[in-house]
Formats: sequence, C-alpha cells, structure tokens
Amino acid sequence: MLLTALIFLPLVFGLGLSVIKDDAVVKKLTLAFLIAEFLLSLFLFAKFDPESAKLQLVERHDWIAAIGVQYFVGIDGLSFWLVLLTTFLTPLALLSGWTSVDKKVKAFCFALLALETTMVGTFVSMNAILFYCFFEASLIPMYFMIGIWGGTRRLYATVKFFIFTMAGSIFMLLGIITLMFLTASQNGGQISASLLDFYKLHIPFVQDEFFSTQTLLFFAFAVAFAIKVPVFPFHTWLPDAHVEAPTPGSVILAGVLLKMGTYGFLRFAIPIFPQAAEQWAWAFMLVGVFGVIYGALVAMVQPDMKKLVAYSSVSHMGYIMLGMFAMNTQGVSGALYQMLNHGVSTGALFMLVGFVYERTHTREIKNYGGLASAAPLFTILFVIVTMSSIAVPLTNGFVGEFLILLGTFSANKIIAGFAVTGVVLGATYMLWMVKKVFYGEEAGVVLEHKAHGLELNTREILAIVPLIILIFWMGLSSNTFMHWSKASVENLVQNHGQYQLTIKEDEVEKSLEKAVAANSAKKVLKATISHEAKNEL
Amino acid sequence: MSDTTLLLVLLLAPLAGAMFNGARYKSHNGVLAGVIASAAMAISFASAVLLVLKLGGLGEEHRRIKVDLFNWISSGEFEARAAFVVDQISAVMILIVTGVGTLIHIFSIGYMSHDERPAKYFAYLNFFIFNMLLLVLGENLLVMFAGWEGVGLCSYLLIGFWFKDSEKSAAGMKAFITNRIGDAGFLLGIFLLYVTFGTVSFSELAQLMPAAPESAWWGPITLSCLFLFIGATGKSAQIPLYVWLPDAMAGPTPVSALIHAATMVTAGVYMIVRLSPVFIMAPNAMLVVACVGAATALFAATIGLTQWDIKKVLAYSTVSQLGYMFLACGVGAFTPALFHVMTHAFFKALMFLGSGSVIHAMSGEQDIRKMGGLKKKLPITYLTFLVGWLAIIGVPPFAGFFSKDEILWQAYASPQGGFTFWLMGVIGAACTAFYMTRLMALVFWGKSRVPDSVHPHESPASMTVPLIVLAVLSAVGGWLGIPELISEILPWHPHNILHEWMHHAVASVKLNHYSMVIEWSLMGISVGIAGVSAWLAYDFYVRRPEVPKELAEKAGPLYTLISNKYFVDEFYFDKIINPIVDLSRGLWGYIDVNFIDKITYLASDLVTSAGGGLKAIQSGNVQQYALYMALGLVGIIIFMVVI
Repeated sequence: MLLTALIFLPLVFGLGLSVIKDDAVVKKLTLAFLIAEFLLSLFLFAKFDPESAKLQLVERHDWIAAIGVQYFVGIDGLSFWLVLLTTFLTPLALLSGWTSVDKKVKAFCFALLALETTMVGTFVSMNAILFYCFFEASLIPMYFMIGIWGGTRRLYATVKFFIFTMAGSIFMLLGIITLMFLTASQNGGQISASLLDFYKLHIPFVQDEFFSTQTLLFFAFAVAFAIKVPVFPFHTWLPDAHVEAPTPGSVILAGVLLKMGTYGFLRFAIPIFPQAAEQWAWAFMLVGVFGVIYGALVAMVQPDMKKLVAYSSVSHMGYIMLGMFAMNTQGVSGALYQMLNHGVSTGALFMLVGFVYERTHTREIKNYGGLASAAPLFTILFVIVTMSSIAVPLTNGFVGEFLILLGTFSANKIIAGFAVTGVVLGATYMLWMVKKVFYGEEAGVVLEHKAHGLELNTREILAIVPLIILIFWMGLSSNTFMHWSKASVENLVQNHGQYQLTIKEDEVEKSLEKAVAANSAKKVLKATISHEAKNEL
Repeated sequence: MSDTTLLLVLLLAPLAGAMFNGARYKSHNGVLAGVIASAAMAISFASAVLLVLKLGGLGEEHRRIKVDLFNWISSGEFEARAAFVVDQISAVMILIVTGVGTLIHIFSIGYMSHDERPAKYFAYLNFFIFNMLLLVLGENLLVMFAGWEGVGLCSYLLIGFWFKDSEKSAAGMKAFITNRIGDAGFLLGIFLLYVTFGTVSFSELAQLMPAAPESAWWGPITLSCLFLFIGATGKSAQIPLYVWLPDAMAGPTPVSALIHAATMVTAGVYMIVRLSPVFIMAPNAMLVVACVGAATALFAATIGLTQWDIKKVLAYSTVSQLGYMFLACGVGAFTPALFHVMTHAFFKALMFLGSGSVIHAMSGEQDIRKMGGLKKKLPITYLTFLVGWLAIIGVPPFAGFFSKDEILWQAYASPQGGFTFWLMGVIGAACTAFYMTRLMALVFWGKSRVPDSVHPHESPASMTVPLIVLAVLSAVGGWLGIPELISEILPWHPHNILHEWMHHAVASVKLNHYSMVIEWSLMGISVGIAGVSAWLAYDFYVRRPEVPKELAEKAGPLYTLISNKYFVDEFYFDKIINPIVDLSRGLWGYIDVNFIDKITYLASDLVTSAGGGLKAIQSGNVQQYALYMALGLVGIIIFMVVI
C-alpha cells in the first residue's frame, strides 16, 4: 500500500484543497502535506531490502485485463532514490516559490501535487502502459506551471516544451504496443504490458542491421527518452522552458523531470533491448560526450543566469548518458548517483537564481556585480553549490562524476579523454558567472536594490539548507546512499543480455496467500450465493 | 594518545578552526579570529610532531602509521577508502605544512589587522591547511586528489580574497581553471593506473610494479606518469601551465608565502616523490619531467630578471625553484627534491613574508623602483631577508646551498641526467643570484627612492617573530642533508640525516661514479658563477644604477620579449581562449538558435498548415461528408478489385 499511497495521496489531497478558500491556508496546508508525504516516503527505508535486486513493495491489480494492462507498481534499487528525490524536492520547491507565486495559488498547489503524483508514478510503474500514462501526464501540470506562472515568453516556451516531448513519446507508445504484440506471440497468446514480461522477450536482432526489430524498437524508446533527458540535438526546449518557468517549476523540471529520461534508459531501453543497446552504446556515448562539451561551451557564453544553468544541465546530463552507456558497474552507479546530484545541485542553483531574481527582476549577468558585498551568506551558499556543480571532491558532484568518468575510461579511453575536458569547461562557465555576479565593485541592480536587502531571508535559507547538507553528506559518505541501489545496479550490469527482474519471494508468497484467501473467500461467497439461490428456488 | 586520535587532531583541528571562523564570517575582530586560527594550527603542529616522534621510534623497516577511517567511494571492484598514512615522506611534509603554516598564521594576525573580514580570511587559511594535510596524508590517489582540488579551491578563494577588485578575482579564476586543466590530466592518470593495476592505493601500486622499467612511450605506466605530471604542471606551476602563479600574487602576501611558495605549489613534487616506485618504472616519463623542470627553472629565472613588482620577482623565482625540484625528480633524485621542497619552504616563505612586511611598511606599494635604502628603516625585516637571500643564491652553509647543490650534482651524475641538465641548472642559478641581488639592491640597499608621502616603519612583533624563526631555519635547515663530500672534511663527520630518514621510503637510482675532484669542481663552479652573478647585480644596481637601463636599451627586442614574459599570456588568449569563446558563440547562434530551432519551427509550421488543410474538409456539411463516404467506398472497392 505504501507505493500507492505515495502516488495518489498528493492527488487526493489536491482535490480536497478545492473546498478551502483562503490562499494562505492552502499554501501552508500543501507544504505541511508535502512534508508529511516526504516523511511517509522515509518508510521505504524500513520496508525496502537493499540486499535484494528484486522488485519489492509490489502491488498488482488488473486494469484492462483484455490487453494485459495492469496497475502494477513496485520498487527496486534503480527507482528507490528517485522516488525519495521526488518527495524530498517537492516541498523545497514549494518553499522556494512561497512569495514569487502570488496568483492563482490554489491552482499552483494543485499543479504541484498532481505533478508529484505523476513523478512518483513514473518511477514505480512496472507496467509499460501505466508508465506511459504517468510519463505523459507529468507534462500537463508542468505545462500549466510554465504557461500560467511563467515569464513573458511563457507561451512560446510551453508549446515548445510540449511539442518536443510529445513528439518523442509517440515513438515510445508505438514501441510499447509492438512489444505487447510480441509478448502475445511469445507467451502463447497471453498479451502483457508488464515490464517483467518485456524483459523475458527474445526480440529478433540482426547484428549491424539498423532495420532489425530490436534496433528499431530500441531507437523508438531511446528517442523518447533522449528528448526528455535532453540529449543534443533535442535539447533546445530546455533552456527556453527553464527561463520561462517559475522557480519551483525549474527546480522540479531540472531536479526530477529530466531524470525520467535517464531512468527510462535504465529501465527500458538498455535491459529490454540488450543487443541493440550494446551495439549502439558507442553512439550514445558519443552523443553524451558531445553534450558534455557542447553544453559547457554554450553555457559559457550565455547572458542569462538561468539559461546558463540550463545549458549546464545539458552538460551534466551528457555525463549521465556517458555513464549509463559505459555499461559497467562504475559507469551505471555513477550515472545513477549523478541523477541525484544533479537534482540536488541544479535544483539549488535554480532556487538561488530564483531568489535573487525575485528581488531584482533581472537575470542578465551583465546587470550584476559585487553581490558578495551586499549578500555575503547568499554568496557563500552559491559558491558551495557551484563547487558541487563542478564536482569538487568532498561534495556529491565529485563522486558521481568520478565514477562516470572511470566507467567511461574502462569502456572507451578516447571518449573519456574528451569527457574530462568537461571538468575544465564546467569550472569555466560557473566561475565566470560567480565572478561577474558576485565579485567586483557593487554595480547595476545590486546598488539599486541593496537598500531593500538582497540577503536571503529565513524561509529561503530553510529551503536551501537541506540541499547544502545533502551536498556534503552525499560527498563524504557515498556508500550510505549507494548501498540502496547497489544490488540492482549490479544485477543490471552483470546480467546484461539476460536481464531478469523478479518479484521478491516473500512478497510473492504473501500475494499468493492473499490470492488464495481471496479465492477461497470467493468460493465461499459463490457457494453461499448459489446456496441462497437454490434456497430461493 | 593512539595513532588515530593524533591523526584526527592533526587533520581536524584546522578544519574546526575553519568552521568556527567561517560561522563568524561577519566578524571584524581580526585578533580573535587570528588567535583561534593560530591556536588550531599550533595544536595541529603539536600532533604532527608527536606523530613524527612516534614514527621515529619505530624500527627503520616499519616506519609507517596507517589510519583507515571509512569507505569513501566504492563501486564494483573499485574502492577508495578514507585512509591516511604517516611515513617518512609525509612526515617531512606535515612538519613543513603545519610548522610553516603556524608561523604564517601568526604573521597574518598583524598583517590582516586592518582588514574588513578577517574571520573569513582565517577560515580560508585554516581550510587550506586541512586540504593540504589531506593531500599529503592520503593513502591513495583519490584522497590525494581530494586534497589536491581542495587546496586549489582555497587558493582560488584566497587569491580573490579582496574580491571587489575585479583583477584580483580574475586572477583567482585563472588559477582555478589553469589548475583544473592539470587536474583533468591527473584524473586520466588515476583512471589509467586503476584500469591497469586495479588499485589506487599507493602501497599496493608500489608492490604491483613490474620488475623491469617500461621502455615503450605508449606503455600504461609511462602514460599514467605523464598524465599525472600534467596535473603537477598545473598545481606546481610548470611550463606550460605556470601562467597562473604570477597572477596569484594578487592575494594577501601571507597567502603567497603559505600557498604559492611553501606548500601547495610543491604538491606536484610531493606527488612524484610519493609515486617514485611508479615513476622509476617509466624512464621516458622521467625524462619529460626532467626536461620540463630544467626548462622551467631557466625560463622563469630569466623573466625574474626584468620584473619590477617585488612579489612578481619572488613568484617567478618560485616557478624557477619548483623547476629545480622537478629536474631532481626527473633524474631520480627524489630525496633531494623533497630536501629542496623543505629548504625552499623556509627561505621562500621567509622572503614572501619579508616582502609582506615591506609592503605593509610601504602602505601597500609593491613597485621596487619606489623603494631603496629600506635597510635602516626596517632592520629586522632586512636582516631576515638577507638570510633568505643568502640561502636562495646558494651561499654555504645556508639552507639553499645544500639542497640546490645536491640537485645539480645528481642532475649531472645520475644515469638519467647529464651535462646539459647540470648546465641549465647552473645558468638558472646564475640568473637566480642576479635577480635576487637586484631585488636586495633595489629594496634595501642604495639610496631611498621612497615617495615623501610614505613613511616606512618596522612591523609589529607578531610579524617579525615568524620572520626570525624562518630566518634561523633558512640558515640551518640545510644541515639536515650534508653531503658525504663535505661531511668527510668536517671534523665531526655529520650524518646526512635526511638521506638516512628517507632512503627506505623512496625509490632511488644508482649514480654514475665520478671522482671527488669532479664533484668538488662542479660545486665550486656553480657557487662561483652564482657569486660572480650576484656581484655583477650589486655592481649594476647599487654602484652604477645607470648601467641596467643602458643594457636594457641595448638588448632592445630581447629585453621587450623577456620583460613581457615572452608574451605567453597573450598567446594563450589569442590562440586558445578567444577562439574557444568564438566557437561557443558560433555553436549557440548557428546550431541552437538558427539550425535546430529553425527546423523545429519548420516542422511545426508543416503540422499547422497540414492541420489547416484538413480543417477545410471538416466543414460540418452532411452532404459533403456523404460524398467523402461515397468516395471512400469507391476507393476501397477499386483497391480490392485491383489487388
């Protein structure tokens, strides 16, 4: 029940909000709920067995039985931290937009809650159709978030965001349907959309033949996820969406939504199509390393802080692609770690940029100067987050980047050689921004707004401090975190080609017992009914 | 106290100091901040001394205290533990880092007394020490790398400490990014070593080395060493990545003394000494190290001849002296390299702090053309600086003489050395003697050129006491490594203490055999040339001040070339940095905005117009729909008939 509760409680709560009139109350209640939801998600630590690579906390009910669509959710090491990342970031996102979101507050809270439902749903769905529903549904609240509470060019940005991601998803839907037909033909007529059945499929594969079933299907999924990640050349929706999105929107978009793409690769594209993924790994590594360098170079010349951070995301997501397609333990666990890191550090960067924007209403880097004199604490926090973003050791960023690069190096030395240039370029664009915005004499908007106070207030500090703590915690004690995903990552990497995911035994028994109990109850019921019917006769 | 406790105190005292002062970042109370930071350093130094004493108490073969704290990063087979080791090599370093560090902290109390945000300064300084200790104590490449990047971060923060000055913050950024280029190389070195040997632990790597050295240029050991050396050229300011160090002088002067002279910049040398069992297996890589070291020693020394900023002279001198250390590493003279790290830490920290005292006295003036005759105004600073001068130009028995002479001798006598290396070293030494004497002459000797508005005054005791201590060390520090040659003629035959301490810990090469006559004459020649050179500088700058000007005019283009530092910065800007920025603008403008987005618009326009076309069909007219149906039916029938 835990997963179902985590998925649907936000939505139910959001619907319940409609009875409350006062905006301030709505906001406070939502925050309280989001924190409660996070606390609830902490029960995962108690319920989840990190030693097992199997699917856990499974819930499975028929939905559209005729075509094998089930409400089938479960969690394993690949999704464990992503669920927690979601429940962790959502309340902070709301807190970061506490005052900047000042119109249609109730609608905003609802959008955020609905978004949480779709995000958690995406990460725990083990039925492809269910996954697709959540994956697509997440677009809708985000669409409204940017479209209603966004900046001046918000309509342009929302449409671009929507069209790009929808375009990719169409391929995925086709892919899912094809896989479902395949299950029917290989399972003796039993159609299924369960991922567990997808993993068992033998999908025809011809080496070096692009138009073989497995390769085509692989690309159908890969394109959908690549757009979401986003991977060059599908990345141009991201900077526009970020620039126009309100701060909480940016935090969630960068922190969680992009991870749906990379998660999709780990959950679908790589394990379901192992040979195709292996054959084309080089291409995705190439795209990854290209993204690392390209994103960093373009970030370097951005005049707008948010755009700069958005392009830095392109660069960071390139690292994640590299790690995943290195297809070794270090690469994949580094990639998984980097997904969390990116959520933490980029989320924090968007928050900080949002905080200063709320005061000055400009993000043009050239309008700033000397912010360090006016807002020393803000500066310290920004520099810490910068260090995490450029992967200085003892911060979280280093662990992920190092493992990814190590994995990449084991897989392909030349690509790793190019990838390390990202280490230099990343420092360049971030420090360039720090220098222009924070250092030098106080200038431009800093002088103008100094009197109103540019330093962070308590609410903002509360929103950012949890992220700062995680930056160091994850940087110093990475094993505490990786412990929970290790078994699943090793299962994925070591069994490449014959990857299987099974439901944890004791749970199978439990669900069997339940089924047996249910069956016997039904029988009893039937018997009674027929008995009664007889009696009536 | 147990080893673990001592080591934790050693490491964490500076970190605690940093956190304490960091939390009080708004405070203006410089004395309190400084006293706390210095106390943290003193505690750290005390535990370093205790640890080294303990280490000395162990048998010669077992001198190794290892403290394994926890598993830091692990994935699959890869494991990097937070493990630290005190052995002969790191013992020398922790004493230098915490000892010289304590002195510089104390000096800073006086130097930074008028600063706006002293607490922040001391927090950074303490944090630097913590990272430096991580670097030298780390038992594996990853912990070393953590310290390696950490000291770079502190260097960045401290160079740009007076961030209101854009030039200073730009210098900080330059330092960080140049260092990062090196770090990228360092990372590749770690990866290659790990992929080849399956470990990043120093002791395990040493055991896994093959029996015979690797002769191929593309062998994994040679390549790893070269990659790691790229890291060293960044951190230790060698060609081609030395450009950040002269700019780094923008930071407060005690920072220059601590980070950019005594400790951080020697990290590259330390790394090679630490990995000496690996480097010794890669003679080709060692050759590269020696060549780069010798070239840098000479190249930077020539630039030093023409600088007018007191700190820039010292900065180029540091680059040059680091070159000597790499020359030593390259010819397999690892112990002399570490010896020079130590003596250089004493005399260069002394001279930087001395220059700080001068700058403090001159109310911030750094141009040596506006100084002169300061000998009488700043007697203690002068006398201590004098010791530093004697040490660096290699006058016996001051510290620099012993370490430099040993490097030069091994550069000549090592099978991997040769006459050319020795000659480059000697010419570099001649330049060193010249520019250092020039500096002495222009700052302390001759007539005063101090503007009337400035009234130089001797610095307070908190600044002069560290100077005196360092002067004593610069005078006698070299006696730890008295060569056999000299020991024999001395009546009490002193031991070469450093050599005896180190010989178990580092790899060594067997020197070619030469007669004592050659050794004596080489020593005599190098000391003699340096002496002549120093005398020339004295003659030029004190007795006939018009000569240098005439010489500069005569040399014309050559002088322009050297005084403009060979236009290296300009070259990097024009040929590397600007093209990259242009490329980035191009990528953004042409690919993102004008290509990808244009295609998207095109596609969306296509959809819109297609939709518009289809819209016409849906007229709402029932008869029209009936027509479509009929047409459709006809179509299907035709299709079926044809098939």
